[in-house]
Amino acid sequence: MFDYGHFRFESKQELFDKAIKFWNPDKTRFWQSVGVDLVIDRREGYFLYDMSGRRLIDLHLNGGTYNFGHRHPELVETLKGALDYFDIGNHWFPSVARAALSEQLVKVSPGMAYAVFAPGGAEAVDIALKSARYATKRRKIVSIIKGYHGHAGLSVATGDDRFTKIFLADRPDEFIQVPFNDIGAMEQALKGNDIAALIMETIPATYGFPLPKDGYLKACRDLCTKYGAMYIADEVQTGLMRTGEMWGWQAYGIQPDIMVTAKGLSGGIYPISAALLNEKAGGWLHEDGAAHISTSGGAELGCVVAHKVIEMLLRPEVKSNVATVTEFMRDGMVEMMQRHSDIFTGVRQKGVILGLEFGHSGENAVAVSRALYEHGVWAIFSSLDKRVLQWKPGVLLTADLCQEIMDRFDAAMPRARELLHAAKKMN
Amino acid sequence: MTDTSAPRLKMPDAGLEQSRMMLDKARWAAARMQKLDRASVLRIADAVAKAGHAKAQSYAEQAVRETGMGVVAHKKLKNEACSTGLVDLYRHEDFVAPRIHADRKIVELPRPAGVIFALVPVTNPVATVYFKTLLALMTRNAIVLSPHPQAKGVCADAARTLAEAAKAAGAPDGVIQVIEAPTIPLIEQLMGDDRVDLIVATGGPAVVKAAYRSGNPAIGVGPGNAPVVVDDTADIKLAAKRIVASKSFDNSILCTNESTVLAFTTIADRLLEALKAERAHICSADECAKLRALLFTDTGFNVGMIGRDAEVIARTAGFNAPGAKILVTPVALVQPEEKLVREKLAPVLAFARVQGIDQALAAARSMMRKAGQGHSAAIHSKSEANVIAFASAIPALRVAVNAGCSLGASGFETNLGPSMTIGTGFAGGSSLAENLTPHHFVQFTRIAYNKEAGEVFGNYAGLDPLNLPKRTASPVSLAVDNSEQALRAELRKIILEELKAVLAA
Repeated sequence: MFDYGHFRFESKQELFDKAIKFWNPDKTRFWQSVGVDLVIDRREGYFLYDMSGRRLIDLHLNGGTYNFGHRHPELVETLKGALDYFDIGNHWFPSVARAALSEQLVKVSPGMAYAVFAPGGAEAVDIALKSARYATKRRKIVSIIKGYHGHAGLSVATGDDRFTKIFLADRPDEFIQVPFNDIGAMEQALKGNDIAALIMETIPATYGFPLPKDGYLKACRDLCTKYGAMYIADEVQTGLMRTGEMWGWQAYGIQPDIMVTAKGLSGGIYPISAALLNEKAGGWLHEDGAAHISTSGGAELGCVVAHKVIEMLLRPEVKSNVATVTEFMRDGMVEMMQRHSDIFTGVRQKGVILGLEFGHSGENAVAVSRALYEHGVWAIFSSLDKRVLQWKPGVLLTADLCQEIMDRFDAAMPRARELLHAAKKMN
Repeated sequence: MTDTSAPRLKMPDAGLEQSRMMLDKARWAAARMQKLDRASVLRIADAVAKAGHAKAQSYAEQAVRETGMGVVAHKKLKNEACSTGLVDLYRHEDFVAPRIHADRKIVELPRPAGVIFALVPVTNPVATVYFKTLLALMTRNAIVLSPHPQAKGVCADAARTLAEAAKAAGAPDGVIQVIEAPTIPLIEQLMGDDRVDLIVATGGPAVVKAAYRSGNPAIGVGPGNAPVVVDDTADIKLAAKRIVASKSFDNSILCTNESTVLAFTTIADRLLEALKAERAHICSADECAKLRALLFTDTGFNVGMIGRDAEVIARTAGFNAPGAKILVTPVALVQPEEKLVREKLAPVLAFARVQGIDQALAAARSMMRKAGQGHSAAIHSKSEANVIAFASAIPALRVAVNAGCSLGASGFETNLGPSMTIGTGFAGGSSLAENLTPHHFVQFTRIAYNKEAGEVFGNYAGLDPLNLPKRTASPVSLAVDNSEQALRAELRKIILEELKAVLAA
């Protein structure tokens, strides 16, 4: 019996049955088909607990949502304190929480002048795209093939066919896609002088974190300037110290016109996201500030939490911890690759963002993910490149836990090998 | 809203949270420190000691300025002894390499403590920062220093200086950290934190008890209250000279300082004269009464008088003692109810007459009954019989002979090992009976062979855990497909069951 007070389930199977019946049959069945029978129950720090009570170390972090781990006590206490005083608030009026957070965000984001809030990344991306269209009076948007910016009206159109065609939401005439790391293709797309913005994840996450080639982002930035387009940095997965700097674009030494932050900004406990705009992109805030409205965008509870998130990230201990975890993972993965070179073929890394490559084709990372799952580690494959395992250590990971992760990784490799062999036989 | 009102929102304690992050950082540093070889460790320790030594004078000045306690020149000496002096003393001991004991068929692998949480007292702030930090570094530990709030400025400065030197010499980031804004609740929280491997508590009894209560391994030490016997075989002039020098050293701020002289009656007057010649002021009964009233409050020693100059104390009490290095207060009763025979971290020395060694023992035991158990004592004597009788009868774990107690019991002027942390043993509420040395910060994994003569001990010479021969790690591909094997086993089981059923029919 799983009694949660408000609702209860006789068994895990009952939950699966109801999830299939009322919630999402395909997603529920998919995980069962790949051997991951996870229903996340309790969660704490970098640990998830399945309904069965089994503990998993979380290296998925939902793209950095749980950057600080689950229910970080300092954030929980912050939210509880805020709940005794605030609620979502009234978006029509200026508010202390929104003013304080926007000031703080602008201060840590050189070149930016305003913060516009939303409840999630996709809506913040829509704000970014609309702001660029406003500022340039152009309509077209360029993005990267296999890029990912969310699922709202405009943001989804920048992404993969898988997410647009099914809903008839693709708009190929306005949304142009070019291959990543191909500067020639980028110039081709921009040179018509009719592009409002280029939107780029600083490192494309859902594509498995392929790293931008040296100078690529800089060249893209320069092309935008040359052809009058705005550069939008999607920092949803690369921001908030995950590259070792507050924002990934700082780590690559470029200056965007607009940037988007989400996921981790919420501390994993109260949804909030923001589009940061430079003076020009923020022009509409002077002309008609109610042109974009969001009732729960910039909810004051979220603002208080996000303010604490930024405050925590600015502690020197956090930056130092990111550097240490970065180094540990680099050295550890080099060693693992030497030991398991038959299946583990490459590492992409920037800070605590890693993509682990298993082979050169196929969907090997699905099997590796399952082997790790069986060994108490939860790391997800890249949706758009399933030979790459996303490996996303949290910024506060400790020395002891890092060692445990590496020991479990090592122990899981024979099982991964076994699953890969079995899969090969089946084919 | 006025400045004094509380914030409108309830908030987490950011100071505590940030300190917890410091502990995590220290854990990383400790893990990385343990991968360093001896040469690197010594290079770091040398760099840190040198940086500390270079600032011995300025931190001595700063400490006296901030705390109002002690004597700059003496603090400088302690800072020097606890920086380069300390490293030179332990330089030739190896806390890194495996120790091979072929005769016992045992190999010992050093295992550093990890993260050491070190409390720093107000009395010896900089010397303790130096001392504990270097002990930690030489044994490959990380240290988080928690200074007494009244000495936090100079301690934080000193810790930062050492940390920068350590980093520049190749130590991992975070190996030396300091709590910049210490409060009692914060320190108690951190002492109980799982991220701490060992607490080293030097300070008042309350903080030592809290360290032991924390649930973490701890080394805490109790207060002193040292009797000093001068018998009829002693060189009286030399004894007087040593006693005054010791009692005036840093204005008696070391917990090993002499509390009460127990002088054999036959030499007592000569000793008083000799003390006077060394610039001790011998107080009248009236002056003793004034000192008693000044130095002891209802709750204990008057902290405002800790480590003050003798002249200042006299003046505050209401009399003059121009040029005095110490104040000697003759007492008739050597029992805890006579406040003047209690511990005095100030240059005030009680003086009592005893008939002989037996009365000296009884008096020493009596005065130590309230405080000072397990700590220090001194004796000036040429009689081995008296020395051993004294040392065996009183509850002290170190007895300095013909040496000042301040620097003798703390190991600077004896061969006990210079220490800012003096173990007071079980009697004194401590797990530590000796003066704290680097040995207390490292434990060992013991590889132990079968005792049987036929089992030959291995050759471990030259094997270094930090630099083992490379293990060739060619991945083994699984030739046998386990899933197929499992299927076959299942089939075999089904066939067997079918057969059994057929046979049973």
